Amino acid sequence: MDGPIVSVEGVWKLFGREAKQLMSRPLRNQSKADIQAKSGAVLALRDVTLDVRKGEFFVIMGLSGSGKSTLIRTLVRLIEPTVGRIVVNGEDILTFPSDRLMQYRRNAVAMVFQNFGLFPHYTVLDNAAYGLKVRREERSLREQKARAALKTVGLGGWEAYYPESLSGGMQQRVGLARALATDPEILLMDEPFSGLDPLIRRQLQDELVELQGRLQKTVVFVTHDLHEALKLGDRVAIMRDGEVIQIGTPEEIISNPADGYVRDFTRDASPARVLTAAGIMQEPAVLLYRWQGPRTARKILRDERCEWAFVVTRIREYVGLVTLDDLDRYVGEGGSDFAEVLRDGVEQCAPDMYVEQIFPLARETAFALPVVDESGRFLGEVRRRAVFDAMTGDHNGEGGTDA
Amino acid sequence: MLDFPQALRIPLASWVDAGMRWVLRNLGPLFDTIGHVVLQMLLVVEQVLLFIPWFVFIPAVAALAWKALRSVRSSVVFALLLFAIGTFGYWQLAMNTLAIVVSAVLISLIIGIPVGILMAWSDRMQTVMKPVLDAMQTLPSFVYLIPALMLFGLGKVPATFATIIYAVPPVIRLTNVGIREVPRDVIEAARAYGANRRGILLDVQLPLARPSILVGINQTTMMALAMVVIGSMIGARTLGMEVLLAINRVNIGQGVEAGVSIVIMAIVIDRITYAFAHTRRRSPGESTGT
Repeated sequence: MDGPIVSVEGVWKLFGREAKQLMSRPLRNQSKADIQAKSGAVLALRDVTLDVRKGEFFVIMGLSGSGKSTLIRTLVRLIEPTVGRIVVNGEDILTFPSDRLMQYRRNAVAMVFQNFGLFPHYTVLDNAAYGLKVRREERSLREQKARAALKTVGLGGWEAYYPESLSGGMQQRVGLARALATDPEILLMDEPFSGLDPLIRRQLQDELVELQGRLQKTVVFVTHDLHEALKLGDRVAIMRDGEVIQIGTPEEIISNPADGYVRDFTRDASPARVLTAAGIMQEPAVLLYRWQGPRTARKILRDERCEWAFVVTRIREYVGLVTLDDLDRYVGEGGSDFAEVLRDGVEQCAPDMYVEQIFPLARETAFALPVVDESGRFLGEVRRRAVFDAMTGDHNGEGGTDA
Repeated sequence: MLDFPQALRIPLASWVDAGMRWVLRNLGPLFDTIGHVVLQMLLVVEQVLLFIPWFVFIPAVAALAWKALRSVRSSVVFALLLFAIGTFGYWQLAMNTLAIVVSAVLISLIIGIPVGILMAWSDRMQTVMKPVLDAMQTLPSFVYLIPALMLFGLGKVPATFATIIYAVPPVIRLTNVGIREVPRDVIEAARAYGANRRGILLDVQLPLARPSILVGINQTTMMALAMVVIGSMIGARTLGMEVLLAINRVNIGQGVEAGVSIVIMAIVIDRITYAFAHTRRRSPGESTGT
C-alpha cells in the first residue's frame, strides 16, 4: 500500500459560540464534561490524528456520541473543524476557498449516508447521476455513467423508479451508485447499513467488500458495530468521547486492545460472545403465510420437501410454526382452520442475542429458531447447525458473520 | 376623572398623515411609474382575456380542469358554471375581474417567492417578516384601499395594488415553510456532492417545496379574488361593483346574480389550482387514475 491519501492532523471540534477562543486555552487535560460545564461548548473531536492510506478500507468505529460522524463530515467540511489540518493528496482542504472546496467535493470524494439522503423528486437514474450533474457533465454522458453505476450495484432496470417505491436496501444501493458514478478517489460512508435489516445489511457488506476489491477505492467507513468494523476494515480506528483510542488492524485490536474500553468491545472475541442472532441468521427456504389454508400449506411443504415451516402474517409478523406431520393428520381429519395446527410455543430469539445465549435454546428445539424483533417482525431463522458451528469456532470468514 | 387622560394622547394618526404627505411629495414620480407599469400589464392581460371568445374560453378551462382533476364530471360542471356567468350577462365583468386577479397574482409571485426564499435562508429575515405578514393578514382588507387610493388615485391600478398587499402573505409564508421543511439529510447530500447555494435552491429546495408553494399560490389567488371584489369600492370595474350597486339600490336579484358569479369564479379557480398543488410523481407501473 502507498502513503497516506488522507492525513488528519490534530483536529479538534468544539460546538459552541466561542469555540475558537476556547481553543487558545489549555484544554488538553480537561474532560468533555468539564469543558461543557465551564464554557457551554460541546467537545466533539479531541486532537484527532490519523492517516488513511491509498486503496485502504479504513473503518472508524465508536458508539453514538463518540464523534465518528463528526469526524467523517470534517473530511468534506460539512462540519468545519475548530483547529487542525486535514491534508488530502498533499493539500490542506481546510485552507480551500469556497470555489476550490466545491471542486474538491465534486471530484475527489463522494459520500454515502445513513439515511440515504436521496432526492425524492428525482428518479433512481437522476439520483445516481446527481454528482455528475453538479459537475456539469453533459446529460447523455452522465446518464451513461449513472446506468453503469446502477448496474454495478445490481439495480439495472430500476432507473425510472422513484426512491420512495424502493426498499431500504435498494435505496442505499442507489446512494452507493450515486457515489460510484462520480468515480471518486475516496468513498466516505457514514453508517450506510445501520438502518437496514440484518440480512440485507450482511448482503450489502459482502457486496461492498467485493466491490472495493475490484475498484480499489479508498474507503472511510463509519460504524457503531464492532462486527461490521472487524469484517470490513483493513484498519480500524476506535473512538470514544471525541478521541481516537486505538488504530490498528482487526487482529491487532482484538489481540492487543489499547485500554479497558477497547477490551470491553472485543473481550473474548470468541464467536459465541460476539456473534449475534442477526449475524448468523438465514432466510428460511419456505415461509408460510397466515392466510394460506392448511391444504395449501401442506402442498407447499410437500412440494418443497420440507418437514416444517414458520408462519407469518402479510407484514411478516411472526405467528408460529407448522409441521407436515401435524398438517397431514389435521387435514386427514377434515379440519380447515389453520390456527388449530399452529405451534406457537416454539422458542424464539431476538436479533441482538448472542450465540452464547441462543445455544441452550437451540439445544432444546427440534426445528430452527425464529428471529423476531421487538415489534414482532420475523427477520429470519437461526439454524441449529449455525449455532453449533459458531460455538465451536468452526465458522469461516474473518469477522465470522457468514456462517 | 376615570377617563383616560387627554394629555397622554399619542398623535399616531397625524404622524401617519405627515409620513404619507412626505411620501406623496417626494416619491410621487416613483409611484406614477409603478402605477403606469401595472396599468400597462393590466391592460394587456385584460385585452388577451377579452380577445378570447367565450366559446373558446370555456372549453379551454374545462380542458385545464380535466388535466388537473382527471375527472370528466368536474370539467363539465365547471363549464356549465362558467356558462351560467355568461347567461347572467356578466361575462365581460368576469373577465375584467379575472384580469386584475391574474395581474395581482403574477406580481404577488414575483415579489412573494423571492421574499419567501430569503426568509427560509435567514432566520433574522424570518423574525422580521413574520409579524409583518401577521399584520398584513389581520388588518381589515379595506384598510389597504386608503394608501392605494392616495398613491394611485381611483381605478383598477390602486385596486390591484391593494389586492397584492392583501394576497401576497400566503405565498411568502408557504414558500418559506416549504423550503424549511426540506429534510436536512437531503440538503446535506447535495452539499457533500459540491452543490452551491444556487444549485441546492434550484435542484433540491424549490422542487421539494413545490407542493407547499403551489398551496400558497392557491391561497394567494383566492385572497386576490376576495380583495378584487372589495377593490370595486375605489372604482375598479369588477363583479364587485355590481354587488356594490345592488346594495345601494337594495336590488336583491342583481346582488345574487353578481354574487353567484363571483362564487363560481372562486370555485373554479380554487379547485383547479388546488388539484395542481396536489399532483404527485409516479413510478412506472403505478396507476394514473384518481
